[in-house]
Amino acid sequence: MTDIEHFKHDVVVIGAGGAGLRAAIESREQGKNTAVISKSLLGKAHTVMAEGGIAASMGNVNSKDNWQVHFCDTMRGGKFLSHYRMAELHAKEAPARVWELESWGALFDRTAEGKISQRNFGGHEYPRLAHVGDRTGLELIRTLQQKIVGLQQEDKKISDDYESRLRVFAECTITDILLAGEGENRRVAGAFGYRRDSGKFVLFEAPTVIIATGGIGRSFKVSSNSWEYTGDGHALALRSGGTLVNMEFIQFHPTGMVWPPSVKGLLVTESVRGDGGVLTNSEDRRFMFDYIPDVFKDQYAKTEEEADGWYTDPENNKRPPELLPRDEVSRSIMAEVKAGRGSPHGGVFLDVSKRLSAETIKEKLPSMWHQFKELADVDITEESMEVGPTCHYVMGGVEVDSDSAAAVGVPGLFCAGEAAGGLHGSNRLGGNSLSDLLVFGRRAGMGAVEYLNEMDEAGAIRPSVRQQDVNAAVEAALAPFNQVEGENPYTVQQDLQDVMADLVGIIRTGDEMRSALDRLAEMRVRVANVAVMGGREYNPGWHLALDLHHQMLVSECVAKSALAREESRGGHTRNDFQGMDPNWRMVNLICRLSKDQVDIAKQDLPWMSEELISLFAVSELSKYMTEVELNQLRVPEGAV
Amino acid sequence: MGLKRNFRVWRGNSEGEGALKDYEVDVLEGEVVLDVIFRIQATQATDLAVRWNCKAGKCGSCSVEINGKPTLMCMTRMNTFEENETITVTPLRTFPVTRDLVTDVSFNYAKAREVPAFTPPVGLEPGDYRMSQEDVSRSQEFRKCIECFLCQDTCHVIRDHEENKTNFAGPRVLMRVAELEMHPLDTLDRTRMAQEELGLGYCNITKCCTESCPEHIQITDNALIPLKERVVDVKYDPVKWLGNKIRVRSSND
Repeated sequence: MTDIEHFKHDVVVIGAGGAGLRAAIESREQGKNTAVISKSLLGKAHTVMAEGGIAASMGNVNSKDNWQVHFCDTMRGGKFLSHYRMAELHAKEAPARVWELESWGALFDRTAEGKISQRNFGGHEYPRLAHVGDRTGLELIRTLQQKIVGLQQEDKKISDDYESRLRVFAECTITDILLAGEGENRRVAGAFGYRRDSGKFVLFEAPTVIIATGGIGRSFKVSSNSWEYTGDGHALALRSGGTLVNMEFIQFHPTGMVWPPSVKGLLVTESVRGDGGVLTNSEDRRFMFDYIPDVFKDQYAKTEEEADGWYTDPENNKRPPELLPRDEVSRSIMAEVKAGRGSPHGGVFLDVSKRLSAETIKEKLPSMWHQFKELADVDITEESMEVGPTCHYVMGGVEVDSDSAAAVGVPGLFCAGEAAGGLHGSNRLGGNSLSDLLVFGRRAGMGAVEYLNEMDEAGAIRPSVRQQDVNAAVEAALAPFNQVEGENPYTVQQDLQDVMADLVGIIRTGDEMRSALDRLAEMRVRVANVAVMGGREYNPGWHLALDLHHQMLVSECVAKSALAREESRGGHTRNDFQGMDPNWRMVNLICRLSKDQVDIAKQDLPWMSEELISLFAVSELSKYMTEVELNQLRVPEGAV
Repeated sequence: MGLKRNFRVWRGNSEGEGALKDYEVDVLEGEVVLDVIFRIQATQATDLAVRWNCKAGKCGSCSVEINGKPTLMCMTRMNTFEENETITVTPLRTFPVTRDLVTDVSFNYAKAREVPAFTPPVGLEPGDYRMSQEDVSRSQEFRKCIECFLCQDTCHVIRDHEENKTNFAGPRVLMRVAELEMHPLDTLDRTRMAQEELGLGYCNITKCCTESCPEHIQITDNALIPLKERVVDVKYDPVKWLGNKIRVRSSND
C-alpha cells in the first residue's frame, strides 16, 4: 500500500468539464481547499464539443425574452417532465452566468450595439443562445480553465504555491467514492483512483465530493461522445447509495454525420438549422412539415413560405419545423429512412448552401465547414450534408436536491451537469446544456461549501476513510491484471455498444429490451473477467477494463427504466406504447442499487408551484395532464 | 475488411527506452489515422498508449508526428498517403515521452500559468460589457486555439534546444499574451513580460508554428509580429512608455 499518494481537501470535484470547473471555482472562491480530478488533460473535456451556444434569456436580440419564456420552453421541450424548481433556477440564473463568463475573459459574438449576440435554436421561442461561431463549448471551457489559472495566480501571491487552494489532477480517474459511518451516519469521506500516466493509486480524503462526470454515450454504437463518457459518476453515485432518475431518456441528436463510417455519429450542430438549414429527403421534399405533432401545431409554420419568412420576420411568421425539439426531428428522420426516402448512406439531407452565401456559412459555421471539408470531402457551401441521429446526451442522472445539487441519500455527495438528472425532463433543448453546467456547477459548489460550513460550525470531526475500503478498491482496480484467460476489453465494449444501440436505441419495444437485459446479464460476467496486457503506465486497455464496470451498471439502469416506462415521451420512444400517457407524466423512475442489483421504483414528480403553472394556458397543459390534474388547476382558477 | 496497410508505431517508456514496432492492419474507406491506431489497439496491442478525446479536431488531444510531421491523428485521412506507403507514427519530439504516443505536455500548462489573467476595468459590472464585433474579432481568432501544442512542438527554439525551455514560453503562450493585449477591455500591459520573461525575442518568425496550426490561426502574422511591434513601441517610445505606466496605475487604483 506504500505506493498510494495521499491528499486532503475540503472539496473534491470529479470531472473538469463546464460543471466541474464552475463548481471548483465556486468552492475555491468561498475559501475551500479544492481538488479537480480530470480523466483527460485540462481543457479537453467533452464540453469542448458543444457548438451552438449557451441558452440565457438576456433579451439582447429580442427584448421580449425573459426567464419565464425560457422556463416555459424548457418545460415544453422536456414534455412537462422536468423538475420544475430546477428549470426555474436554470432559467432565472443563466443570464448572470453568461455575463460572469464575459467578466472572466470570454469573447462572445456581438450584436450591433456591442452586446452579446444571441441565435435561434430548436425549441427556443426567441433568439437566446450566446455563442462564438460554432465553437461555444471551447470558449466556455477555455474561459473557466483560465479563470482557474487566475485564481491559482492569486494563491501564488499569498502562499508562493499555485496549488495551495485549488489543484487540478489531470489524467486521473476515480474508481470509488469512499464512505464513513453506517446507516443514518453514513457520509462521504473521500475518493480513490489512479493516475493514468503512472498507474499509481491516489487517495483523497474529503468530506464532500462533487460528481461532474458528464454522460454515458460511450455505451451506444453511434455516438457523438468521447471515450470519457462511460457514466462514471452515475455508477459511483449508485454504488454510494445514491439514486438515478429518468435513465430511460436518452437524447439522440438528429444530425450526426453518417458518412464516411469513421466519422459516423460526429455532431453536426443544430445551428445549421437555426441559421437556415433545411432537411430534405431523397424526393427533395422538406419532410419535417409532415411530422409536426399536435402539441406543437400552434408554434410551427405549416407552409414553406411561412417558415422561410420567419428568418427575417419572426413577429409575423411561425418557425420552421426543422427547429422542433430534437426528439421530434430524430424520430422523423428515422421514419423517412425507414420509408425508403433516405440519402445514399442511410440518413437524410441537410442543406444550407442554397440559403446562405458561402461567405456567411464560413463565418457562422466555420468548424462545420472545416469538418465536412476535411473528413468527408464535402463542401457545405455548395453541397448538402448527409445526416442522421446520433447518441448525444442523457437526460437522466443522479437524483439531486434542486437548490443545493446534493445527491439524494448520500450526505456530502453533490452532482451537477449532464451527470445530474431532472432539469431536462424527457428531452433537453439545445443550448440548455451549457447553461445547466454553469448554473448547477455553481450551485453544487455552493452546496458543498454550505455542507462544510455546517459541519465545521457543529464542531463535527471530519469523516475518515476505512482502510478496508481502500484495500478493496486497490484489489478491484488490479483485478484485470490477474485474469489469465479473460476477454479483450475492447471486444466487450463493442458488444455492449451493439446491444444498447440495437435493443435499447431510438425506437424501443418490450421484447427487445427484455432480450437486452438477458444479454447484459451475460455481459456482467464477461466484464468481470476481462483481462489486460502490459503494465500500469498509461495503459488504455486497463483503463477501459475499469470503465466497463461503470458502463455495464448504467446500461442496466437505462434498459430497466426503459422497459418499465410504458409510453413514448421525449428521448424514450416505444413501438409497443406509442404516444404520451398523461398518467406516466406524473412519474419519475428511480434506480437504486440493492445487493448489486438495479431496482426500479416509481416516484411522484414534484408538483409545480402556482406561480409557475400560471405561466401556461390550461389549453396547453391539457395536452399533457390527466383530467384529475386539470380539475385541480381549474378549481383555483374558477375561485379567483 | 479493407486494405492491409503497414504502420510503424513508437512503443516506448518514460525512461527513454523504446523502438518502432511494425503492425499490419486493415484500413477501411474514409478512415483517419486515429481509426487505424484504434484498430491496432483493439486487435493487436490493447496497451498501446494513445491520448485522444473528441476525434473531431476540436479538443487537440491526439497530437503526434506522422512521418515526422506534427499533426492531429483525427484529422489525418488515410487517403492522403500512397497505398503502399508505410505510415510512421511517433510521439511529439519536443516533450518527454510518458509512454508510446503519449507525451508529458505539462510544460505548456506551466508556461500558461505565468501569463497574468484577464483584468477588466475596476467597477465594470458583469452585464455592462460593450464591445464591437470588429474589436473582438482579433482576439477571437486566437481563442480558436484548441491547445494541441503542435505549434509548441514544431517551434525550433525549443524543439532543438531543450535549454531554451526555461526562457521561452513558445508560440501558444505568446499568442495568449497577444490575445489579452488585443482584448478591448483588458487593462493590464503584458508586453514587457512577453519580452523579458516569456522570451518573445527568441522568436525569429520562421512561421513554422503557423504552418502547423490545425485551426489555421495566423499565429505569426496576427499575434507574434504585432506583439513584437508593441514591445518595440513600449521600449523605445518614452511617451507611450509613460502613457502605459499611467494607464495601468490609474486602473489599478
